[in-house]
Amino acid sequence: MTSNALVYLIALPLFGAAVLMLAGRRADRRGHILATVLSGGSFLLGLYEFSQMLSRSSENRAVTQKLFSWISVGSFKVDAGLMLDQLSISFVLLITGVGTLIHIYSIAYMSHDLDRRRFFAYLNLFVAAMLLLVLGDSYLNLYVGWEGVGLASYLLIGFWNQKPTYATAAKKAFVANRVGDLGLSLAIMVAFATLGTVSFSGVKENAGQASTAALTAIGILLLVAATGKSAQLPLQAWLGDAMAGPTPVSALIHAATMVTAGVYLITRSNFIFDAAPIAQLAVAIIGAITLLFGAIIGAAKDDIKKALAASTTSQIGYMVLGAGLGPAGYAFAIMHLLAHGFFKAGLFLGAGSVMHGMNNEVNMRRYGGLRKFMPITFATFGAGYLSILGVPPFAGFYSKDRIIEAAFNAGGVRGVLLGSAALLGAAITAFYMTRVVVMTFAGKARWEEEVHPHESPALMWLPMVLIAFGSTFSGFLFTRGDALRNWLAPVVEPVAAREQELLSPALVSILALLLVVVGAGLAVMKYLRQDVPVVAPEDVSIFTRVARRDLLQDDFNEAVFMRPGQHLTYALVDIDEVIIDGAVRGVGRMATGSAGALRTTQTGFVRSYAMWILLGAIGLIAAIWMVTL
Amino acid sequence: MIKSSSWLTILGILPLLGAVLISALPKKSELNAKRIALVTTLVIAALTVAMATQFQRDNVDMQFVVSRSWIPSLGINFALGVDGIALVLILLSTLLAPIVVLAGWNEATGGRWSVKTFYILLLILETMMIGVFAATDVFLFYVFFEAMLVPVYFLIGGFGTGARSAAAVKFLLYSLFGGLLMLASIIALYVISGEQGGPTFDIGALSQLQMSSTTQNFLFLGFFIAFAIKAPLWPFHTWLPDAADAATPGTSVLLLGVLDKVGTFGMIRYSLALFPEASKTFTPVILVLAVISIIYGAFMAIGQTDFKRLIAYTSVSHFGFITMGIFAMTSQGISGATLYMFNHGFSTGALFLIAGWMAARRGSSKIGDFGGLQRVTPVMAWVFFFAGMSSLALPGLSTFVSEFLVLVGTYTRYPVAAVIGAFGIVLAALYILIPIQRSLHGPTTPGNESLTDLNVREKIAIAPVVAIILVLGFYPSPLLNVINPAAQHTITKAGFSDPLPTISAKVGK
Repeated sequence: MTSNALVYLIALPLFGAAVLMLAGRRADRRGHILATVLSGGSFLLGLYEFSQMLSRSSENRAVTQKLFSWISVGSFKVDAGLMLDQLSISFVLLITGVGTLIHIYSIAYMSHDLDRRRFFAYLNLFVAAMLLLVLGDSYLNLYVGWEGVGLASYLLIGFWNQKPTYATAAKKAFVANRVGDLGLSLAIMVAFATLGTVSFSGVKENAGQASTAALTAIGILLLVAATGKSAQLPLQAWLGDAMAGPTPVSALIHAATMVTAGVYLITRSNFIFDAAPIAQLAVAIIGAITLLFGAIIGAAKDDIKKALAASTTSQIGYMVLGAGLGPAGYAFAIMHLLAHGFFKAGLFLGAGSVMHGMNNEVNMRRYGGLRKFMPITFATFGAGYLSILGVPPFAGFYSKDRIIEAAFNAGGVRGVLLGSAALLGAAITAFYMTRVVVMTFAGKARWEEEVHPHESPALMWLPMVLIAFGSTFSGFLFTRGDALRNWLAPVVEPVAAREQELLSPALVSILALLLVVVGAGLAVMKYLRQDVPVVAPEDVSIFTRVARRDLLQDDFNEAVFMRPGQHLTYALVDIDEVIIDGAVRGVGRMATGSAGALRTTQTGFVRSYAMWILLGAIGLIAAIWMVTL
Repeated sequence: MIKSSSWLTILGILPLLGAVLISALPKKSELNAKRIALVTTLVIAALTVAMATQFQRDNVDMQFVVSRSWIPSLGINFALGVDGIALVLILLSTLLAPIVVLAGWNEATGGRWSVKTFYILLLILETMMIGVFAATDVFLFYVFFEAMLVPVYFLIGGFGTGARSAAAVKFLLYSLFGGLLMLASIIALYVISGEQGGPTFDIGALSQLQMSSTTQNFLFLGFFIAFAIKAPLWPFHTWLPDAADAATPGTSVLLLGVLDKVGTFGMIRYSLALFPEASKTFTPVILVLAVISIIYGAFMAIGQTDFKRLIAYTSVSHFGFITMGIFAMTSQGISGATLYMFNHGFSTGALFLIAGWMAARRGSSKIGDFGGLQRVTPVMAWVFFFAGMSSLALPGLSTFVSEFLVLVGTYTRYPVAAVIGAFGIVLAALYILIPIQRSLHGPTTPGNESLTDLNVREKIAIAPVVAIILVLGFYPSPLLNVINPAAQHTITKAGFSDPLPTISAKVGK
């Protein structure tokens, strides 16, 4: 099936970005409305495409659109082509739906910013790039969107880049992502050299003939790409700093959509990972480690946005773990991704609402008792909270428990280890999220006198309420009659359920809930029963201190990459000056010196010049004659 | 209608006519000199585009051919012609020329000689640039190759800044040294052709010569070293930062954007075509030098404190990519390298022009002297950022297409070189984003508060560059369709064919 409308999904927000950037100050007054309307238009178009898909049988749902031949050299042929299938439409609706709500929220949130137009230009650019990422029909098209969202992310993290630390945060994000992008480029090269194509359909078709070694290499390289974009170990360190961006950006890009692109990439490449068990296991291991890593950091952060950022790393860890479990987990990874899109966006928008009412304070030790002042924010944040904890019937309950269950059922020691990590993560999640909620909304007020907390305007809380509905009900809808799993089946081809299950779904849920209660209880005892000091206590264990320093991620990167890199740079600059250019200068001086001796040959007699030319030519010819003998 | 055989001659003569017109002006009429230069270069650019539309894409022979006997006693012909590769490079030269004139409207003032002289030299240089890409007679090529040093030497030494004389001399001597090696090889080719029929400098005839591998190797080196200095390839690169630093921004754009391409163009047209066997022999060495250039140039760029030197070193890295693509001997590698030459001209040209504007306003090109420009001069900051993104080959911009083609084309034959070279992708992010942060972001530092944003002339000059970078990023086919047949022809003649995908190779067995 083909469709001519796909390109407009991308073109609408791209047009908005172009208009807002080129029109300059003239668009200051209405620019944000145009951007929001275009993003909304993209959402409506997505809904229309979705309804069209529903009306077709499951094998015929995917549609494609070829725009033109993009790059064609020898057998390397890449079209500017789009593909909308069951997996991409899930993302399209998330990106444009949540994206539009966040546009609306931002109208109010950014109303006092002089550069609001620029902000909306970047937001539209992001939506366009993200849509290209999920709609591209080849790895190379995906790559354009992949770096496009990276650019939008860089611009938005550094939106207030007059502050040097924010500018540094933006650069850090770009560079970390470029390391991941290197993985993606190399994966594309290996795919082309091995399979002769880089389109999704072509790679899927030819993957069966390739060696496991080649597929493993492609898989590992794709995983590298995913760790960059999705802030997974070892490229996770940029996400915390990325909170320098305005909070709506944190909600849309650094929680709901862009950072989950790695999960999309892995799920989209299921035909590679399913044929490369080692790469697939690596995915699961990275996910399991990262989900614990992020959760531990989240438990030590006092900055509400950084706590939520660490939580994002951790939750994406769950998704990556799910995707690393193969056909048993893809659908649940995507389900958790969509649920997370709602509840984490809701949590971030709630955090933004709190900051809005608290003079942009982000330190939770300066919050407390805000429940009474911001009832709507509290309620919507609460829905996100219950969802991330996995309390039934909120969305996270359905998706997270399924991932834990699938991990346990992966079989053998592997299953027990992965499953236990996921289960432990649930307990830590309950601890740090309860900590956030309690420190922010409960307990005594700890803010300073000039702060007057108040509820945010309707333009902000309406989107929060709508997203809270998503956090509450989406899981139920996804799982009713296995709706999402069946929907995605043509893309990820799930295997029949295992006959022997290590743990039954009910048992997993009970275990998870028990651990959640323990984690939440601990947080309540520590942060509600006791007073929260306004200044973080210093006499804490080494473990807490290390967790506060983000488990030394920056120290590690600085010691292992940054400083040696700087020293290498300085050394090379010296070598270039002293040795390489020095040699050139030395030759120059020698030439000047010998010129004195040669001056005696400059007699001015034409016949002697002719003599020298003759001798030179004879010498040369003789030399050539000798070597051609 | 212009006759097919007249196109190249007309293009080559027009700049000289412009130069004659300018020299006829009274001494004081600077504005008229600029206007004549601008109109001449614009007309040439338009004519080149018109000529390009007449080019038959699928014909791999030289087109717009003209051949007149020049020095009959030595068999030297005035022979011109272009294939797709040469056409694209001539297009690059003639499109950049008016942009350089308009962008550097005031850069000739304050030179050692008059403004008129500056534009006369510039127009003579344009003739040389067209000639060097269009020559199909090796001796004629050599003449242009050497003669183009002269206007550049005077442009740097007469109108540059700082240690301009020293930089100009270094540039001249280094290039002459390479040129002499090439001349020796050319004479040898002539002698050998004399032994095998008739002495000639015709490139087509020379490529049919029978030579022992030792002879090939020596003669190959003569050409290659000249090209490696010109391009420049590590370790022959140290003249470039000095020259780019001392020259006026416009001169630097032509130096980095066009003149250096003579080196990489020569590798395709002369090294590969005349010495296929020797090319194969030296490929491992050259790939090593190319990969070193990519990584080393990038590290050097990261370590620079001056915008001009930084941009020069990014070019060392980029020329590493181009050379790697050429010697990968795949259609993607050579097409990608040729497209890279074109795209690099605009991408680096934009970077250098804007850096030049910034330096002219601030009175310094030290990165540390700038800060927070995004709030002071937003338009200038934006185009600089855009040019930076183009330099780091952001997908969606033209440079991405060429860089990726080079990498993928290299990977299919030499995976190790491609993988190491690909690390340049990460280093590029550093050498672009670090100076961007220092100069554009952060608080506005003292000395930058009152800088003025781009004026209308500057906006008009940079707009086509931005447009070309964007359009070719999404739609490179117009150029690729012209380049592909010539690239394919080059590798076929050198006795190569694209490696098959591993899976079909297996089925083949």
